[in-house]
Amino acid sequence: MGRAGAHPGAALGRLSVAVPVDAAGLTAWVTEFARLVHEQRDELTRLDAAIGDADHGANLDRGMTAVVAALEGGPADDPAAVLKTVATTLIKTVGGASGPLYGTFFLRAAGALDGGDAGAFAAAVRAGLDGVAARGKAEPGDKTMLDALTPACDALDAALAEGRDLPDALRAAAEAAAGGRDATVPLVARKGRASYLGERSAGHADPGATSAALLVQAAATALAGGS
Amino acid sequence: MTVGLVVVSHSRALAEAAVELARGMLPGRELAVGVAAGDVDGGLGTDATAIADAVTAADGGDGVVVLMDLGSAVLSAETALEFLDDDQRARVVLSPAPLVEGLVGAAVVAASGASRDRVAAEALQGLAPKQAHLAG
Repeated sequence: MGRAGAHPGAALGRLSVAVPVDAAGLTAWVTEFARLVHEQRDELTRLDAAIGDADHGANLDRGMTAVVAALEGGPADDPAAVLKTVATTLIKTVGGASGPLYGTFFLRAAGALDGGDAGAFAAAVRAGLDGVAARGKAEPGDKTMLDALTPACDALDAALAEGRDLPDALRAAAEAAAGGRDATVPLVARKGRASYLGERSAGHADPGATSAALLVQAAATALAGGS
Repeated sequence: MTVGLVVVSHSRALAEAAVELARGMLPGRELAVGVAAGDVDGGLGTDATAIADAVTAADGGDGVVVLMDLGSAVLSAETALEFLDDDQRARVVLSPAPLVEGLVGAAVVAASGASRDRVAAEALQGLAPKQAHLAG
């Protein structure tokens, strides 16, 4: 993909070098996401205890631990197959609503992935976002994952359109995701279990937006090989 | 040939008890009723791949009506459709009926050999007897 001479592991001084969005790069992304979810497991559960049923951290940690195990066993040379393995593993192991939602994200991303460059990655992630919106029948402002994922995709697309490289664009996406997560704090949930709480759901960050921000942060870390 | 039914619930115990209740209405009659319920460890949860498998097993060619409890059961049932081929997906109805009442009504009508649309319509009528009784 026009990367002749650029060894994926070669750090070129202080220059930021994108890890190609191949099977290994995608595996590194979800492995870093699994690490962050494990690290933040108690915080995700604390947020879910405030406005949900207190299982988001445990469920997602169980799912992502299974994902890492599944990817270790598989012949990961097909990028779409890596994403599909992530999807089916999450669907089988998460149990709660984040299983079908994150599963749909990775399933649709797998179906849309066409190539290994930054644009292909952005298009795949956008397809995943659209899948989550369709599955959850949610939109930004409903206090869901979409409140982190939507600004992240918008920032990624905008940065790439300006000609910025993938690591730089992913850093912008991660900042936008974190901003979107923080913006869920005052919102009243309109979807999922939290919506039963009505006004009482305000005052806490949404657990789904919080884990989705970790997903984007993981991409910024794992797909920017240099420093 | 009869329409198949699939029960999707967070709880395997709840799903199996609902099926037992419905089967009590069908002594001596055959009906394919699949269950996809609980997480991989037997705890509360739903799994779209298990739902897709249950739909495939319950589909004898006349299609399947899926009854669900709430929340992720609905999301997982919708996700399960993504794992089916187009022909099979077209034969599946995800019913918005209440799980227990809808299942009992659907089971009785399905066992009589009714069409998929008729079974789905009967499931939707599941609350009517209770509503009529309590209104009277």
